[in-house]
Amino acid sequence: MTPAIEAIDVRRAYQLEGLEVQALRGVSFTIEPGAHVAVVGPSGSGKSTLMHLIGGLDRPTGGRLLIDGRDVAGLGPAELATLRNETIGFVFQSFHLLARTSAVDNVALPLVYRGLGAKARREKARAVLERVGLGHRLDHRPNQLSGGEQQRVAIARALVTDPAVLLADEPTGNLDTANGQAVLELLEQLNREAGVALVMVTHDREVAARARRRIHMRDGVIEQDESDAPETGDEIWERP
Amino acid sequence: MRLAEAWRVASAALRANRLRSGLTMLGMIIGVAAVVVLVALGTGTKNEVESQVEGLGANLMFVVPGKVDFNSAPTASPLDNTDLNDVVRVVGDRDRVAVTLTSGETVRAGRNSAFTTVLGVMETTPKVFVRTVAAGSYLTRADVDTGRRVAVLGDGVARKLFGERSAVGQQISIAGVRFRVVGVFAPLGQSLGVDRDSEVHIPISTAQRLFATNRIDAFAIKAPDNDTIGTLGDRVVAELHKRHPDTEFSAVTQDQILGVLGDILGVLTTVLAAIAGISLLVGGVGVSNIMLVSVRERTKEIGLRKAVGAKPRDIGIQFLLEAVLLTTIGGILGAVLGVTASLVTAALSPVPATVTWWSLALAFGVSAGVGIIFGVVPAQRAGKLDPVVALRTE
Ligand SMILES: Nc1ncnc2c1ncn2[C@@H]1O[C@H](COP(=O)(O)OP(=O)(O)OP(=O)(O)O)[C@@H](O)[C@H]1O
Ligand SMILES: [Mg+2]
Repeated sequence: MTPAIEAIDVRRAYQLEGLEVQALRGVSFTIEPGAHVAVVGPSGSGKSTLMHLIGGLDRPTGGRLLIDGRDVAGLGPAELATLRNETIGFVFQSFHLLARTSAVDNVALPLVYRGLGAKARREKARAVLERVGLGHRLDHRPNQLSGGEQQRVAIARALVTDPAVLLADEPTGNLDTANGQAVLELLEQLNREAGVALVMVTHDREVAARARRRIHMRDGVIEQDESDAPETGDEIWERP
Repeated sequence: MRLAEAWRVASAALRANRLRSGLTMLGMIIGVAAVVVLVALGTGTKNEVESQVEGLGANLMFVVPGKVDFNSAPTASPLDNTDLNDVVRVVGDRDRVAVTLTSGETVRAGRNSAFTTVLGVMETTPKVFVRTVAAGSYLTRADVDTGRRVAVLGDGVARKLFGERSAVGQQISIAGVRFRVVGVFAPLGQSLGVDRDSEVHIPISTAQRLFATNRIDAFAIKAPDNDTIGTLGDRVVAELHKRHPDTEFSAVTQDQILGVLGDILGVLTTVLAAIAGISLLVGGVGVSNIMLVSVRERTKEIGLRKAVGAKPRDIGIQFLLEAVLLTTIGGILGAVLGVTASLVTAALSPVPATVTWWSLALAFGVSAGVGIIFGVVPAQRAGKLDPVVALRTE
């Protein structure tokens, strides 16, 4: 089985006023389909940078990165866009929903860039919204939804394309504890039941502990990569 | 599907910023309206001039001394009555030949006076040109042959001198010499700012005596048909040149006059429209500006769209469409305004205005083109935005 993500000595440097800033100094790992990974580490350690690379939003300045078996080095911006559309679902800390746009249209947005017709898009979006428990909020605008509901709409948008990997960078950062818990439970449930790989950046030790694998980042490198022992019988995928 | 989305988003963006969109369109509206109005005025004037030149009569040709050329000074006429006989011989019919000897004169009747164009003519004038006598009658051959002091007044002259009273049979004085009014022309109105009702026709022989000259200023010849007009002109010119080897003569047909006038007015219209077109460029710069603002405002949206799979082209087309929509709607509104202004002008003032379809098509095409040209840079900028940077902007 091809790994969903394969990173070999991946580096990312920024040029800042002539100075080179090393955000990632060579990280290697694989993420298997259906994995549940928490990315932890202090601020500035390179977690978001890593997520952008994994999601194909950005390209490494060194090393090799394969998303769904495809080397991103050989892909142009348009091909990368298609790869993101087909393989990745993003959940952002600040939701990033389109204002003045209904929940169902927000969720359907990725399908627009798949060339799906309006009716098919709406049907699919409605089904996914029902799955995240928002079947009664289809035509609400983001400003008519609570923070937790908005993030669930964003999760539905990430799911609507049936991606292999769900990338969530501090998805509960803008939510209160109760709403945050609900969002986390939803993400974990989707990982368990739908088999979508979940890679989540979190500062919460408990949340990280619930993942089956934790990648600890520090100063642009992986300090520690720990996996729980396989739970026999419950495991669908082989461990790396 | 992707295009439909781009269309939907572009129109929603314009609606979301109604005031800003409207103000940006204003440049396009004014530019397009100005082009449409100026082209309408130019075309209207051209049509009016053409109909007036054509209204002089059919198959006309004017024979004048000198070259018809904008750069040469008018030539003093060496023509006299003996030339007239020759021209009549070449043409073969006196009724097809008209002559003029022109002088600006003040004409008086009692205490009233009018400044007029006095034309020494032959009795053939109404047979060559379309001139209608409304009261009395025109000059006769006997008037011309014997040099009688009789005059036919333009409608304007008759009004100035006699008001609503009938002018026929009244006495007037031209250059201090008494004349009897035998007829009054039907009114003709203005043409190119020249009052055509201020003419006074008197026999050529009388005019030559009055102005102490033998001169004839020009001939007008009515050819039997349009095909022979050229050769007839050549023959008349050759004959006159033989008699006056030092002078060049020109035969100008009505068609040539129409052509020259049409060219002049065409160039004038084009220049005016081009000047008005500059405001379209200014409007385009405004569109470009507002599109750059729009791209900046929606940077986060662009980042999000890219994150979920929008290609640079999808984003570019979306913004290009917004710019084109902006300018095209402005163009349509401008065309409506221009047509309205032209029609109102034509209806309420003596200024002629004819709205032409090509000016509307041009205005529409130009405004769409302005949208494309001035939308491309902002659209490209939007398309090329780095999604990571775009998502991070606040
Ligand atoms: N566009 C950029 N230009 C220059 N330096 C950058 C850029 N983006 C990130 N960096 C640097 O890369 C390093 C890693 O940043 P990153 O955002 O990945 O950290 P993080 O682990 O996500 O931190 P946080 O927990 O605060 O979100 C930081 O030192 C940051 O300053
Ligand atoms: Mg971060």
